[in-house]
Amino acid sequence: MRRYVLRRVAIMPLLLLGIVTMVFAVTRLTPANPLVTIVGERNLGNRVVVDAAKRRWGLDRSVPVQYERYVANLTRGDLGTSFRTRQSVGRDLSDRLPATLELTLAALVFGLVSGVGLGIVAARRRDGWIDHLSRLFALVGSSMPAFWAGLLLLYVFYSRLGWLPGPGRLDPRAVTPLRRTGFYTVDSLLAGDWNTFWASVRHLAMPAFVLGWGITGIVSRLTRASLLDELGADYVRTARAMGISERRVVAGHALPNALLPTITIAGFSFAFLITGAVLVETVFSWNGVGSYAVDAARSLDYPAIMGVSLLGGIAFLLTNLLTDLTYALIDPRIRLS
Amino acid sequence: MPEPVLVVDDLHVSFRGPDGPVPVVRGVSFEVHEGGSLAVVGESGSGKTVSMLAVLGLLPGATVRGSARYRGTELLGASQARLRAVRGAHLGMIFQDPMTSLNPVLTVGRQIAGVLRAHDRRLRSAAARARAVELLDLVSIPQPDRRARAYPHELSGGMRQRVMIAMAVANRPDVLIADEPTTALDVTVQAQILDVVTRLRREQGIGLVLITHDLGVVAGNADRVAIMYAGRVVEDGPMTATFASPGHPYTRGLLASLPRLDRRRDPVPIGGAPPSPSSWPTGCPFHPRCPLAVDACREAEPDLVALGDARVACSVVAAPSHR
Amino acid sequence: MTATVDSTVLTPSVVNVESRSEQGSRSRRARLPAYIGLVIVVGWTVVAATVPLWSPNDPLAPVGARLLEPSRAHLLGTDALGRDVFTRVLWGTRTSLPVAFVVIVASVALGSLVGAAAGFFGGWVDAVLMRVVDITMAFPPILLAMAITASLGPGIRNALIGMVLVWWPIYARLLAAQVQSVRRRDHVESAVAIGASRWLVLRRYVLPLSYTPVLVNATMDFGQVVLLTASLSFIGLGARPPSPEWGAMITEGATNFYNWWIAAGPGVAILSVVLGFNFLGDALRDRLDVRD
Repeated sequence: MRRYVLRRVAIMPLLLLGIVTMVFAVTRLTPANPLVTIVGERNLGNRVVVDAAKRRWGLDRSVPVQYERYVANLTRGDLGTSFRTRQSVGRDLSDRLPATLELTLAALVFGLVSGVGLGIVAARRRDGWIDHLSRLFALVGSSMPAFWAGLLLLYVFYSRLGWLPGPGRLDPRAVTPLRRTGFYTVDSLLAGDWNTFWASVRHLAMPAFVLGWGITGIVSRLTRASLLDELGADYVRTARAMGISERRVVAGHALPNALLPTITIAGFSFAFLITGAVLVETVFSWNGVGSYAVDAARSLDYPAIMGVSLLGGIAFLLTNLLTDLTYALIDPRIRLS
Repeated sequence: MPEPVLVVDDLHVSFRGPDGPVPVVRGVSFEVHEGGSLAVVGESGSGKTVSMLAVLGLLPGATVRGSARYRGTELLGASQARLRAVRGAHLGMIFQDPMTSLNPVLTVGRQIAGVLRAHDRRLRSAAARARAVELLDLVSIPQPDRRARAYPHELSGGMRQRVMIAMAVANRPDVLIADEPTTALDVTVQAQILDVVTRLRREQGIGLVLITHDLGVVAGNADRVAIMYAGRVVEDGPMTATFASPGHPYTRGLLASLPRLDRRRDPVPIGGAPPSPSSWPTGCPFHPRCPLAVDACREAEPDLVALGDARVACSVVAAPSHR
Repeated sequence: MTATVDSTVLTPSVVNVESRSEQGSRSRRARLPAYIGLVIVVGWTVVAATVPLWSPNDPLAPVGARLLEPSRAHLLGTDALGRDVFTRVLWGTRTSLPVAFVVIVASVALGSLVGAAAGFFGGWVDAVLMRVVDITMAFPPILLAMAITASLGPGIRNALIGMVLVWWPIYARLLAAQVQSVRRRDHVESAVAIGASRWLVLRRYVLPLSYTPVLVNATMDFGQVVLLTASLSFIGLGARPPSPEWGAMITEGATNFYNWWIAAGPGVAILSVVLGFNFLGDALRDRLDVRD
């Protein structure tokens, strides 16, 4: 087991280098011209400005040299400077990462908790109305464009009913809590500011729901199916024959087994979350990595595109490793092999 | 004679099928006395296991009629709460396949402790765990404290079956129902498991219902035998008498199909296949395979009638002319 | 326990999981969704093919006042430029469906080629190609599609190229797995043993068997590609205004946030297409009995 993990970790830098190389190739070997972003539309005809900009940003070198420099800088932890924000990309990303993490974690927790709960109810009342309703909910949740759902919810709950606040992490005029973790919910609690805490939770509600909806759907159906399978298993009959209460049979015996496949899906759903975050952050003006990625792509901000891709790749690989590890830790058949 | 602990009377079980109800058990009666033992023998599909599961209320979706009384309390139709208090505490059951019948993600110690605590709310978990280790020792598992922390997949089939027995007897039940406890095991392990069961029966005075398709397992492990065929008991009686002079042609067939060291003859299998519950033969269900069958056997299904110490459901053997 | 990342793993097909006990009874119950899926898919396809012949309005020209609420004359109202939203939703099929079709066909072709080549040549070719597949798939698909599309320049054609480059590894992996499993079958091993060429084995044994899983996957993915097309357009990298593309229309709906009807129609259209192909793919999987 330990050797397996070490091998997985050892391979990671190689995969990341692969990602860097691929994105580098894709962005540099295409005809697009990032100089518009750097010097502005008006100066594109001005040779002096353009040449100076090219030199300043290293774009006058050949692509292999640019690549070599990028990778060399990368090994020192330098992700370069954004064409657009004129700040270090590492700084930009670390500024915005907490916002995305807060959103995705909230969505993941919501999706897992509601999904498992809904799945248990659907399995216990199989083919009842909750079962049918949750099937519909799951189908729609995973087939629907998240950005559209976000717009719709904003229209209904913010603009029409006024129950929930509009886009953003806090109201525009609100004072952001002193940054410790970057999570507004946590930071406001640490500062003892209950009003801000409540406001940030209310701001989180809609985007986290939209983002978690798909996960709720997948997790609930999977939990239902595997719980039904487990409830028909021999060991469940044993537990019942031993006089164990039905509640304990479901919660203590069948559910732990039924949740094993759910863990895998929870890990995979991270991909879903990243994809969703890009779009949901755009709809909800959420100042995170997802909206940063969209801005970077729109303005051909090479260093930012590279940085976001790298971060996405790292997140993906780590989540997969974490998923495998969790799975192994929970299933004694794998842990002890 | 001591009073019976468990009395099953005219038990009927049917399942819903695509073309109406399928009668799997059709009027089964038996009783188990304090410390007594009964072997229920029959081919698969004869309704042995289903009868036991029905008595314990473990057949959701089945229609159950008749009566099953534990120390005078009716079990059929009793509330789940009431049944739960009986299951595992007064009536223990162990199953055929120890590979799948234990929970793979819980240590065996925890599973045994869970059974103890299910019937004793006040038992602390530490005490339950200590008792689980004692129980593993009781079923002759070496290094019980270490094994208590093992997961089922870390144990051999025989070990797992011992764990199952430990769970079933954890609360000192009056009756242990053992459903083919040795079928899935190697021959050498089979004898060890049966030894454990017999020893517990003697030491703790637990009554035993041993369900098996193998008459060879019955010898030495039961006082009485009930032979089941097509959802009914076709012969019951004391074990020694039944083995010495079987009444029903089916019982004779079962005995003849057994390899025996004291006879020169080769074992003779019973011809034909056991019938299926969705289409029992009319009349005596055994007649298509019976060497003694006469026309009358096709007409009416015979009742159990006394024949010496035993009771037999066969109109040919029970007929006065035959005696 | 090597769980591999697959960007298709979270398609709606996962939502249709049934417990083992239910799988037997499935074919009977799955019939209704299958018909619904067929009706949706055929319906939209017919619309895409024929809408120029009977289109109620010009999708690009203003037909009345701006931002009209839905009415009998304009079923889904009018947008900020006074164009009929319903007409534009209908015309949206002429972008989404052909784009998704081309993306799927090109991805299947490219993926099969790479997968078959990997299986065909084996050795280092296999190793290199499969590492490329691993890297592409160890990556949130939308980020790569965004990077590629942005570099090529925003526009529906470049979005299409970007999506193909993101999607092909799925089929490469699928085909490589097929080659692996087919190779181990007895009759194929004996065919190789008696000297059948690798090309013959590939053509005779591997490709025919790969046909059904590829078909099922492609059907399931179709809806996902429609969704990704709309997503790229929504963030401004795909179809550009004024073309009537669903994702771009939702962007217009976002800018005219209080006129809910502008975004409602295209959103429902996307939802129905994704659901339709999902139902259809599921029915195909049941019918052709492919279990992954």
